[in-house]
Amino acid sequence: MKYEAVIGLEIHSQLLTNTKIFCGCSTRFGAAPNSQVCPVCLGLPGALPVLNGKAVEFAVEMGLAVECTINRESVFARKNYFYPDLPKGYQISQYDKPLAEHGTLQIETDDGRRNIGVTRIHMEEDAGKLIHGEGAEDGGHSFVDLNRACTPLIEIVSEPDMRTPEEAVAYLKGMRDIILYLGISDGNMEEGSFRCDANISIRPVGQTTLGTKAELKNMNSFKFIKDGLAYEIERQIDLIEGGGHVVQETRLFDSARGITLAMRGKEEAHDYRYFPEPDLKPLVITEELIERARKSLPELPVAKKERFIKEYEIPTYDAGVLISSRVLAEYYEAVVKATAEAKLSSNWVMGEVLRALKEDNREIGECPVSAHNLAELILMVKKGIISNTIAKEVFAEMYKTGGKAHEIVSKKGLSQISDESALVAVIDEVLSKNADSVERYKAGEQKLLGFFVGQVMKGTKGQANPGLVNKLLKERLKG
Amino acid sequence: MDLTSKTIAGLSEMLQKRELTSKEAAGLYLERIAALDPSINSYITVTTESALADAEKADKRLASGTDITPLTGVPISVKDIFCTEGLKTTCASRMLEGFIPPYDSTVIKKLKDAGAVILGKTNMDEFAMGSSTENSAFGSTLNPWAEDRVPGGSSGGSAASVAADLCAASIGTDTGGSIRQPASCCGVVGLKPTYGRVSRYGMIAFASSLDQAGPLTKDVKDAAIMLGLMAGRDNCDSTSIDASVPDYAGSLQDNIKGLRIGIPNEYFIEGMDKETEGLVREGIKTLKDAGAVIVDISLPHTEYAVSVYYLVATAEASSNLARYDGVKYGQRVDIGSGLIDMYKATRDAGFGAEVKRRIMLGTYALSSGYYDAYYKKATDVRALIKNDFDEAFKTCDVIATPTAPAPAFKIGERTSDPLTMYLSDIFTISCNLAGLPGISLPCGLTEAGLPTGLQIIGKFLGEQDVLNTAYAYEQARGPITQKPKL
Repeated sequence: MKYEAVIGLEIHSQLLTNTKIFCGCSTRFGAAPNSQVCPVCLGLPGALPVLNGKAVEFAVEMGLAVECTINRESVFARKNYFYPDLPKGYQISQYDKPLAEHGTLQIETDDGRRNIGVTRIHMEEDAGKLIHGEGAEDGGHSFVDLNRACTPLIEIVSEPDMRTPEEAVAYLKGMRDIILYLGISDGNMEEGSFRCDANISIRPVGQTTLGTKAELKNMNSFKFIKDGLAYEIERQIDLIEGGGHVVQETRLFDSARGITLAMRGKEEAHDYRYFPEPDLKPLVITEELIERARKSLPELPVAKKERFIKEYEIPTYDAGVLISSRVLAEYYEAVVKATAEAKLSSNWVMGEVLRALKEDNREIGECPVSAHNLAELILMVKKGIISNTIAKEVFAEMYKTGGKAHEIVSKKGLSQISDESALVAVIDEVLSKNADSVERYKAGEQKLLGFFVGQVMKGTKGQANPGLVNKLLKERLKG
Repeated sequence: MDLTSKTIAGLSEMLQKRELTSKEAAGLYLERIAALDPSINSYITVTTESALADAEKADKRLASGTDITPLTGVPISVKDIFCTEGLKTTCASRMLEGFIPPYDSTVIKKLKDAGAVILGKTNMDEFAMGSSTENSAFGSTLNPWAEDRVPGGSSGGSAASVAADLCAASIGTDTGGSIRQPASCCGVVGLKPTYGRVSRYGMIAFASSLDQAGPLTKDVKDAAIMLGLMAGRDNCDSTSIDASVPDYAGSLQDNIKGLRIGIPNEYFIEGMDKETEGLVREGIKTLKDAGAVIVDISLPHTEYAVSVYYLVATAEASSNLARYDGVKYGQRVDIGSGLIDMYKATRDAGFGAEVKRRIMLGTYALSSGYYDAYYKKATDVRALIKNDFDEAFKTCDVIATPTAPAPAFKIGERTSDPLTMYLSDIFTISCNLAGLPGISLPCGLTEAGLPTGLQIIGKFLGEQDVLNTAYAYEQARGPITQKPKL
């Protein structure tokens, strides 16, 4: 029998506000443990939450970016459970009245384009971190760091619309791209500022009812998500084919072994006893706020890719690479604007620029070669002032020093043709045209060398490097 | 007249005239506390050292003659539910024994800024859960009027400390009557403001949608003075109301001619103490004689108030008290192996029986499958109760009722029967559910010499009406000559 998977994803993304969602503490990552805390995020008796307006703006922008309806009134709710990293014994989240609902995200895989439904986006606070001690002194102890507690999060819940691990990854990448475009989060999966849980079940192709699902956690890279889902699909199919059945449970992905392991069953699932948070009034979103957020939305990745393909007539692949970050896309567009060479610019950005950055482990925003300077270099190639080969050398120098193309070319005398292969062609032409002079030279008339040099310089419009011409001529005339 | 029995206004006048220093005043109260409080037990912690330091600062301020409020240099007590920076704050629970907050609650900060001298932290029912102060982990408080009786609760220590002249005034909190009912039991004035009028920041939460801080004082004017200094929007409390604070004390007046006072028939019930009913009706007659118009009104959903309250309040409490887990502060009992054992042992040892009972009730009311039948239904009925008041206030300006169905009961009398205990708050709870202001005024002693209370309930943010009505009653009634025999 043929099976298909049904996958729904829950994404948690931290929001890049300067301060926490319910207090004024800094959200900076990497500070000394428990140094960014106050009565509110420590859950001290009597402390009360106050909502961070910037976090609301960010969440509204995300809602609009994935075409959600923004609820004019949403309600914070308490999710009650005990854990040492949760100082109040409840997480302030949203439950039955979330900030945004009914959105959609277009994804593209080898199977084509599909729209994935976004069920809801809601706001909540993050928990702290537990650090489990090691060694003689700390072993057996756990330490609580509450710096992260109360950091703003949005949770984005998808419809169970994905059918393959590839689609799930495409959806996640799409969401992450949007988040990065909006600049509302750093999308860092390793540090946990962008996290994903998956609900997955299988069913025979053609069946419309859903199978029993498992919840997968602990997949902190695109690869792990793909591997975890692929493993889980296999596992569930094997179970059913073997006459068994899937049990509803939470499973952890073990990245070292590439398998998923049962964490807790349905019976052990928490009863979170959600109820409206009495310390916060319902969140009212005004039309003004929505309009302001709508106006501040940048062109989003999917739309930008479409436009690049249409406007610049570059291949889909190029467009996909170039829109992978908003800054990269802007960089590319600035280069094209100055050169009017869409494909040549794309080759340069995707080739030399991205390669150098990758070797250096830098972001496009940190590229020492500005778009303006790269455009100048490309124009020099286009006008034939330097060859492509020389241009790559010049680029390496520009990348190293941050200098301008024409300065490097003139300083190093590169505008002269120092390219041996180019010169050899001219030399060979001069020599074959003047066969008799060659004979005379070989017979001892050494002063004819000057004549040959002159001819080569003439043939290269004076741009050949004379020293190199001398050397090459001598080599050629020896034989 | 003993200086310790003076009102805030009376003391302030002496302090400003420099007839008395704040340090002297504080000394007098501290002496009296040392003499009487070992038996009354109205204070959990007496903060002698910081009180004298506060007094010295206040004296400098009084000497300079600038930036003086009616509370500058006046010694007060505060319920041990308000976080006080550097001073033990227990909420009368073993769970928080030894807990020293690193911050002041907004109310405390405001009172300190006004120059108040804090004598100590008063006894209460653990986490404000109770109507008798018997649920304190640090022993019951005695009613100054009758030492075999409770002072009411949960702000019983505050009420007793005011009644016994162990402070000039006090502040408490009221979730279902916890200021008004003990005020009634102890023969003092107790005011619960409109929900949101006073910041809850730094006030240890029992039931967040009901809790409200307010003063317990010797007369109505003092209540007006205190409220004026406590009230106001606080950016640290999202539920505090953004409305300017009137000059309650300055606007106080006793002309209530034509004021329509609603009397709800649901508040004079079968089985209530006849003497109490008689004294309250006498009080209402006094208001009528002063020119008020008495209007019969109905608050038809009153009978559901106690049930609604014990669902909403316990649900919120079950969540609010989850933070006491032994991880960060307060008590930790580390027996057994691992986290769950630590949680269980800590919460078992740290909480008293009534607190556990309410956490369980609230947890149940919020549980999956029961939420709609209990918590949700309760919030729906709460809306009906609120609507009752909206309807009633179309025909009256304030409402007058008894504060409690009976005077203070005997210590131990109701501890074995939580339901009877819960009924002590039957007349005060609706006010909290509707978020309205209410005051309890002493309205005479029973034959046995026990105080009774007359409650005036006002419209949303109608504190001035409530205070004026109370003031008019107080003026018409005349001064109370009897004092507790201590």
